[in-house]
Amino acid sequence: MKLLVALCSAVVWGSGQVVNKQRLKGFVLFLIQCSFLLIELSTGTWNVLRGTSEATFRNCGYFTKGIWGLITLGEIPRTDSSVLVYDHSIMLLVGGIISITILLIFACIWVWNIKDAYATRKEIERGKSIGSIAYAKKLWEKSFEHIMLIPAGLLVVFIIVIPLIFTAILAFTNYNANTIPPKNLIDWTGLKTFGDILNLPMWSSTFVGVLSWNVVWTLAATFAAYAFGLLQATLVNAKGIRLKPMWRSIYILPWAVPAMASILILRAMFNREGAFNQLLLGSGLIDQAVPFLSNPHWARVVAILVNTWISFPYFMALISGVMTAISPELYEAVEIDGGNGWHKFRYISLPTILTATSPQIVMSITSTFNNFGMIYFLTEGGPANPNYQVAGSTDLLISWIFKLTYDNRMYNYAAAITILIFIIVGAIGGFNLMRTRAFKED
Amino acid sequence: MRKKKNLLSRIPGILAKILIYIELIAVAVIVIYPLLWLVGTSLNSVNSIARVNPIPDQPTLANYIRLIKETSFVRWFLNTGYVAVLTMLLSVLINTISAFIFARFNFKGKKASLLTIMLLQIFPSFMAVTAYYMIALTFNMLNNLNMLVIIYVATSIPTNIWLVKGNLMNLPKSIDEAAYIDGATKLQVFSRIILPLSIPIITFIALTAFMTPWMDYMIPRFLINKTNMMTIAPGLYEMVTPQTANYDFTAFCAGAVLISIPITLLYMLGQKYLIAGLASGANKGE
Repeated sequence: MKLLVALCSAVVWGSGQVVNKQRLKGFVLFLIQCSFLLIELSTGTWNVLRGTSEATFRNCGYFTKGIWGLITLGEIPRTDSSVLVYDHSIMLLVGGIISITILLIFACIWVWNIKDAYATRKEIERGKSIGSIAYAKKLWEKSFEHIMLIPAGLLVVFIIVIPLIFTAILAFTNYNANTIPPKNLIDWTGLKTFGDILNLPMWSSTFVGVLSWNVVWTLAATFAAYAFGLLQATLVNAKGIRLKPMWRSIYILPWAVPAMASILILRAMFNREGAFNQLLLGSGLIDQAVPFLSNPHWARVVAILVNTWISFPYFMALISGVMTAISPELYEAVEIDGGNGWHKFRYISLPTILTATSPQIVMSITSTFNNFGMIYFLTEGGPANPNYQVAGSTDLLISWIFKLTYDNRMYNYAAAITILIFIIVGAIGGFNLMRTRAFKED
Repeated sequence: MRKKKNLLSRIPGILAKILIYIELIAVAVIVIYPLLWLVGTSLNSVNSIARVNPIPDQPTLANYIRLIKETSFVRWFLNTGYVAVLTMLLSVLINTISAFIFARFNFKGKKASLLTIMLLQIFPSFMAVTAYYMIALTFNMLNNLNMLVIIYVATSIPTNIWLVKGNLMNLPKSIDEAAYIDGATKLQVFSRIILPLSIPIITFIALTAFMTPWMDYMIPRFLINKTNMMTIAPGLYEMVTPQTANYDFTAFCAGAVLISIPITLLYMLGQKYLIAGLASGANKGE
């Protein structure tokens, strides 16, 4: 009997529940099955079954077509505009990923529906029966956690996971400027793209070059911003300095002004004809304009300077907070031991500040590593580097990927590099996380 | 004798103080000069980036008038405001309740979800704009401000869940337990006890969620192509890209000033919460 009820539910969702006298629950499950079938039929399968449209997978409903599309990536290219029936590989790819995700969700409900019919029957045979309403209450209590996480879960799956899968999966295709759908079809190419990046000298030298500048940039920019923030915090909080709130409010400004606005303004000021060059020429310090943004070395220095200008206020504010919390007794102890101001800073302030802000330093390192906006708005990765595969001298990996994708349409290479970074950064991040106390305790 | 020694020994101190003041003033100039230059250029009648003196010779409001009359700036401003408010409300609601679940209950799949979320936040969301475009196309959501809201809320989830969860774990569990004994339901504990006790962190996520749409350039650039549906950042950026037909640096400056004022004020007012929030966000590693 138990198996029979489960079998009923497997064929007609909710029918087992109705047999179990849980009519409302059975009805809801049946509605879910109906909606599933309705989507599939109304998006094409019905016409195929009736014979009004040709019996190809292309004309089938959303789910059938999705799986077919994902496997084949289309069969008919649109070689010219006279071709009316054609396949668009990328649309098929996205449609396929979305339909498989939705199918998985339906599959989970289906499995749960069978399991539930079986388990409820078992209870009934033991002499316990429970109505739909009472069951709903029990479910709410028992699965409160999961129910409450549904909205966040759906958002994360559809807006973060699916796009990530789509972006990554392109690495295993030949989707680039040479094969732009719908004129061409895209094919699965396995690991070929990765092979190219590692073996072709132009690609591998660009990858190594951009990666090493990215590492230098991350360390130098974070260090400069932190050190300068520390200096300003120390000076503003020094004994006997007046107008402390005024200084703090001034220094916090670069943090508060929207970064895009200030970076674009600074870009104009660092221009060859910009205000800084005029200022230096006018004061007689230089005789000809400095190529701040068009010389590779200058551009890198300027990028670090601008980043310092924008980021030091955050560290200053943070470190000020830590400093005011240091107990004055510690400083008195240094005085008693005959130490001077430097000793106080070196042996009391600095170690305390470094310990207290080390998590923020780590966070800042990860965000600086991927600081796309800074590079994109300031230099657009430029000046162009002829030795690189479409990358400029200030390009970070992330802005290089962006250029590959949107300026050069080398989607598969961009995707492969994204995956390589994800493996490197993800491994470090995941390893670090699993070692932390907070995670172990959960 | 003693007095003289004091005076002498005070000289290095005074000197140091003078040096400190010089440094403070120099940095203040470096900080203020570009900002003053921004404001000055927005009031300038000449469309030039070569000016050294930030104060315009003949200040004029012409750039502001042109910005408001000839571009869709007001429309962009309202669009961004709509997106910002909705993003803020939904982001607070979804993030707090999810973080409450993660902080207070044990359930199947918890560790796996937390680890997944952690890994997901490594990559900036704009890397997936092509996919957003395709998804928007599939669900007929191109040129739709609500799509922006959905994306901003969704992409705020990974970071914020960790952040809020870390904060909630600092609240003693005994408060909840007492409430459960008194017969409160889980939702009541959440809305009457947890929410009021986490106002600071809620302020933080509300502020950051509200500010995201004002600064974000990439996502609207790809999902919205109708001028009157745009948000502020891509709208303004269009004015200073060299390729663009309507290059207008002074009008850009005027627009930048107009959005910087409210955002800067928000930052100044919310400073305390922002710093505390960022500081606590990192404590998740403890």
